[in-house]
Amino acid sequence: MSTLDTTMATETGGHHGPAKGIGRWLFTTNHKDIGSMYLWFSLLMFFLGGCMALMIRAELFQPGLQLVEPGFFNQMTTMHGLIMVFGAVMPAFVGLANWMVPMMIGAPDMALPRMNNWSFWILPFAFAMLVSTLFMDGGAPNFGWTFYAPLSTTYAPPSVTYFIFAVHMMGISSIMGAINIIATILNMRAPGMTMMKLPLFCWTWLITAFLLIAVMPVLAGVVTMMLMDIHFGTSFFDAAGGGDPVLFQHVFWFFGHPEVYIMILPAFGIISQIIPTFARKRLFGYASMVYATASIAILSFLVWAHHMFTVGLPLAGELFFMFATMLIAVPTGVKVFNWVATMFRGSMTFETPMLFALAFVVLFTIGGFSGLMLAIAPVDFQYHDTYFVVAHFHYVLVPGAVFAIMAGVYYWLPKWTGHMLNERMGRLHFWLSFIGVNVTFFPMHFIGLAGMPRRIPDYALQFADFNMVATLGAFLFGFSQLVFLWNVIACVRGGRKAEARAWEGAEGLEWEVASPAPYHTFATPPKLPESLR
Amino acid sequence: MVRTIITTIGSGLGLTLYSTATLADWTVNLTPGVTDVSRSVFDLHMTIFWICVAIALVVFGVMFWSIFHHRKSRGAQAHHFHENTLVEVIWTLIPIVILVAMAIPATATLVDMYDTDEAELDIQITGYQWKWRYDYLDHDLTFFSNLSTPREQISNEADKQEHYLLEVDRHLVLPVDTRIRFLLTSNDVIHSWWVPALAVKKDAIPGFINDAWTVINEPGIYRGQCAELCGKDHGFMPVVVEAVSRAEFQQWLADARAAEQAEAAAAERVWTLDELMQQGEQVYLRACAACHLPNGEGVPGAFPALKGSAITLGDVGAHIDIVLNGKSGTAMQAFRDQLSATELAAVITYERNAWGNSLGEAVSPAQIARLLQPATGEAEQ
Repeated sequence: MSTLDTTMATETGGHHGPAKGIGRWLFTTNHKDIGSMYLWFSLLMFFLGGCMALMIRAELFQPGLQLVEPGFFNQMTTMHGLIMVFGAVMPAFVGLANWMVPMMIGAPDMALPRMNNWSFWILPFAFAMLVSTLFMDGGAPNFGWTFYAPLSTTYAPPSVTYFIFAVHMMGISSIMGAINIIATILNMRAPGMTMMKLPLFCWTWLITAFLLIAVMPVLAGVVTMMLMDIHFGTSFFDAAGGGDPVLFQHVFWFFGHPEVYIMILPAFGIISQIIPTFARKRLFGYASMVYATASIAILSFLVWAHHMFTVGLPLAGELFFMFATMLIAVPTGVKVFNWVATMFRGSMTFETPMLFALAFVVLFTIGGFSGLMLAIAPVDFQYHDTYFVVAHFHYVLVPGAVFAIMAGVYYWLPKWTGHMLNERMGRLHFWLSFIGVNVTFFPMHFIGLAGMPRRIPDYALQFADFNMVATLGAFLFGFSQLVFLWNVIACVRGGRKAEARAWEGAEGLEWEVASPAPYHTFATPPKLPESLR
Repeated sequence: MVRTIITTIGSGLGLTLYSTATLADWTVNLTPGVTDVSRSVFDLHMTIFWICVAIALVVFGVMFWSIFHHRKSRGAQAHHFHENTLVEVIWTLIPIVILVAMAIPATATLVDMYDTDEAELDIQITGYQWKWRYDYLDHDLTFFSNLSTPREQISNEADKQEHYLLEVDRHLVLPVDTRIRFLLTSNDVIHSWWVPALAVKKDAIPGFINDAWTVINEPGIYRGQCAELCGKDHGFMPVVVEAVSRAEFQQWLADARAAEQAEAAAAERVWTLDELMQQGEQVYLRACAACHLPNGEGVPGAFPALKGSAITLGDVGAHIDIVLNGKSGTAMQAFRDQLSATELAAVITYERNAWGNSLGEAVSPAQIARLLQPATGEAEQ
């Protein structure tokens, strides 16, 4: 390992270090710089979308309208969803991929570095355009992040056009990012690293990238159809002109369901890296993990209409989508069983990344159970569009995707910064977040079952108590994230020096290079370490 | 500001503790409902819930057992197994068996819900921003059902009553022990008609007709809400179903039709400006204020102001036209079928004479009644 370091140092020779000033960030083609920018951007969006969530929860603290108008409330739910999905979760995963994929497969950089720069720099402009709609006449998009027509076409505020162009730009960015990841993983692996030796984070991202390429154009298609309906007199979604509002939902969810797996598959990858490290035991069932991920990805194209059980599908359609959806529980179950089997008879320690990973396994599984309940079409008629659904998708997205991202950040921070995390602060962040997230989202199961619809700014009195609890939890969770920010900044600025292999049980090429990782790694292909041969 | 926040949170916590004592409000589960279908849905829900609990106990049990026993601080040494095809096959097959066991009763219930046999009573339900229209198709009766919670309760100027946000001016009255078919559609955006006690939730989609059916077993009042985001006042369009005995239902039908005729007769007499203004204000608050606001100032960029506008101060014919027929491509609905001639005349008069608009002229109910006539005439020919 130390010989590897010396080779690296002499080869990069120091004269290929980062450029100086703002130009370094504007023109960089370095995967580590771009990865960092993605991650910081996503953190910024996480806080922005989080402020909107807190505004929603503050209004829902008590029945009655206290803080905002219903119209503005709808803008908040819409923008919160869009910003969290497209601005926080997706860029965070791309940031992690940028940093880690080349280092995990022994490549010097991403396959298409200039395109990499471009796919990042589109994002700030796309989101500046999206957020600017808040200040326009008629307000920001107010039709929910799922923007069902005709509410988002005939009845939309004028800012919908800016929203459409912002979505187009995000789509272009995502597609370029996905192409880059596929090209990198397929072409730039170190000699000897066969596909079935690929770290699982790379596998899950490879599959995710194919999902992105498949469905982002569908999203672009559906927003373009909206644009045509709004400005060019077509009637794709207008029944009065021979169109069909339900067509919108079919096209949207054909994008939308794979999209939700785009937000969870890389999380599976991160968890599959972390649990073996802290259990000091190889991942159980590597091959079945790969096949399970691929099956989930394929099934994700066959279940979209389970979001539409109440639109009046024919019986045969309801049955098909119910069975297909239930089937997803099988590969997902395999993944959970494999993680548990990895822990079984291991030698576990519980550093911050592991705490987040364990919370992920438990809470994501709870989200999976409510997902299974939602799959049962006749019962879904009662759950659909209630807070039960809100509880379900927040369980898979917050303690699911977001916890996995945080676990990944804590896990790889020593590699990025060269410093170990302050464990006490890490644990503090974990426990505050863990309590906050459950106090926020668990009561939502109850208010949903009791009959509270989602996306309403005011509610009947029988929902008051649990809403109050959820709001208190949301503020706890929201403010705990300042501890996360503090932890990251503190770790960048200093701390105990991290070794190349920052965690005792960590395996993989990324742990063979020094911490912090030099600006250029693997200028020549590395020899695989013993564990990977 | 800070003090307000502290007071709010303080009173909130107080309320939380108070409610813990009563416990009545902490509803945690689905309602079993009052129809055979809603009961089987509830049973299905509970069965799947308990299956999930059982799986969770096993999986999390093994996980936490490992966490406690196989930790490094207890001196646990890591074993080296990382593969076992037999185990993998078993934990792929067992979930499949469980899923099949779940799918069988689910399919039976769903097939039952999709039974579209003849019904004894057909109700057409039309979603509007933000109210419901109910047509009793074979009984020549139509009315709108609007939220009846007073604005002061929503803006916290008055105490909230028991059925806050779940009360309407006219209930959908239905007979018990009768097979009822709902035909759902929408006038503008997609809505979703939902009554938890009946386990009926179906989207109302503009240009399309969906159907659903129910047989209510017990008389009572059952409350629900619109479930699909439909714009600004999505949270303010509840559904209230009142189930009565078959005899009471016949009586109610006769009364409702008699009341409609009396309303039509009222349009024939002469109304004074004051009378029209008084009724106009009520109609305005019910039908118009959601968008144009109680003070007539509208929402810039979304809903135009009526105060001092070219329409409310301009040609009365154009004003009547936009109220009766709406403006296509905008949220302005056609009110010709939603309001009676008297109500239309009153609200137009009100808009031309309120908030500093003072034309001093009244639009008579008889004048509007004549305008409403031709459309009805054509339909009859």
